[in-house]
Amino acid sequence: MENILAFIQENIDMIYFIILSIFVGVEVIGHVPTVLHTPLMSGANAIHGVVIVGAIYVMLNLASDDYVSLALGFLAVLLGTLNVVGGFVVTDRMLEMFKKKK
Amino acid sequence: MNLSLLEICYLIASVTFVIGLKMMGNPKTARKGNLIGAAGMTTAILGTILLHEGEVPGIIYGLIALAILIGTIAGWVTARKVAMTKMPELVSLFNGMGGACAALISLIEYPHLSHDTAALIPVLAGLIIGSVSFSGSMIAFLKLNGTMNKAIRIPSYNIINTILMIITLGLGAMMVINGDLNTTAFMYLLLALSLLYGVLFVVPIGGADMPVVISLLNSFTGLAAAFGGFLYGNKAMLTGGILVGSAGTLLTVIMCKAMNRPLSNVIFGAFGGGSAGVGASAEGGTVKDIQVADLAVLMNYSKKVIIVPGYGLAVAQAQHVIHEIELILESRGVEVKYAIHPVAGRMPGHMNVLLAESSVDYGKLAEMEEVNPEFASTDVVLVVGANDVVNPAAKTDPSSPIFGMPILEVENATHIIVNKRSMSAGYAGIDNQLFYNPKTSMLFGDAKSVLTALANELKSL
Repeated sequence: MENILAFIQENIDMIYFIILSIFVGVEVIGHVPTVLHTPLMSGANAIHGVVIVGAIYVMLNLASDDYVSLALGFLAVLLGTLNVVGGFVVTDRMLEMFKKKK
Repeated sequence: MNLSLLEICYLIASVTFVIGLKMMGNPKTARKGNLIGAAGMTTAILGTILLHEGEVPGIIYGLIALAILIGTIAGWVTARKVAMTKMPELVSLFNGMGGACAALISLIEYPHLSHDTAALIPVLAGLIIGSVSFSGSMIAFLKLNGTMNKAIRIPSYNIINTILMIITLGLGAMMVINGDLNTTAFMYLLLALSLLYGVLFVVPIGGADMPVVISLLNSFTGLAAAFGGFLYGNKAMLTGGILVGSAGTLLTVIMCKAMNRPLSNVIFGAFGGGSAGVGASAEGGTVKDIQVADLAVLMNYSKKVIIVPGYGLAVAQAQHVIHEIELILESRGVEVKYAIHPVAGRMPGHMNVLLAESSVDYGKLAEMEEVNPEFASTDVVLVVGANDVVNPAAKTDPSSPIFGMPILEVENATHIIVNKRSMSAGYAGIDNQLFYNPKTSMLFGDAKSVLTALANELKSL
């Protein structure tokens, strides 16, 4: 219990940050026309690919003889890149079709 | 110096994520918004690599570069090549990759950080959520792909799933509280349990509900990314992850609302269950069918035609033909519109994307609320490959599982034409009284071949 209270105490700025971000997320999405739900989901999907930053960070701090971790890290960066690149490209492809033809 | 530059990179990335998502909410700015998000992401990734302080062996840089190269090529090619109808499963696949990435980070970090309680919480949370998101997304992918097309329900799966969830979360909590359990072996047990939970979570859910599940898993991955950000105090990961987490949850709720079902109903499944179809299918009546030539004449001399597209249209790849029909009718002075139900297709907005692909002007795509009052003044409604979204039982039959779901009120039109391959029930597995309506004529056959024939008939008139 004390551990948990100490955890909250130490990270109170982060906790504020998280709660406020949640509200930003809700506000940003509100009132989106149905037409855009699929592209939006896809775009959001690309954005959580930011987890790759963590994977790169982990790799940069590994020892060069820690082969197991390096292999896992390699896989993590690879999958993260797939998420980011695939996500943005698919979204772009969907949105490309919404060009106004007049 | 470098570190403060890196913080600025993350700040830029965070701001672009918010602005990008906001711009994606409007058709005019959506594409630019996506590119802005991508630019921010690139900034964050390059900054992380180039502005890193401390000695890093060259081999590691090489490995990172190689992984990014392979991932970029594979991701780019897949995303470019895949057919538009396959979009939902692709989103699910990429979502799973993100979840796996988060879980792998936790696997690597655990041995380094297991002594530190403050770090242990985000590490284990990232592991659990990332793994659930990964295995769940893979199942969703297989289901949408058609590889796994039946909802598999083991007896009392709800209880089993709930128990499994409690055990998984309990083990995670115990590892934080009790030092004796805090070992690598237990970490792998936690990984296995989480992966299993992801599978069991999605397996019983029917294909029609997959969009909701993908949206939910999407927000899970966001949450996993946010825990990674918490672990490293990385603001870009935090904002990106939380934005997606909350936006994804909201999107999930919006989708459920469109089907008028609470989220718990989707997850714990009252749909397609034993009692569902029985009540409605006992009734019945006679079904009329119509020939293509007669339909062509009927449409040609109408004032207003509304097309209701469903997933059947997408499966048959008939979106281009339907656009052709629309153009022919317009050239004859017929007013043509598309009525888009919020959950038409396999994802909200999926139908819009498909129709946009065949260059239908999005001004012609009418949403449910705006189009419903127009059916009364419509001569012909052409329902192509849609079923549950036009089922009047949603309004009239309280025992129907879709009772209360808002529908397109096509029965108010003068003539209702329903194109279906056969009389089989829709995704919800329930009969549709609309087909027995005296105003309804059935146009049996594959959407693409029937519509091509219709287009040819129209041209010859």
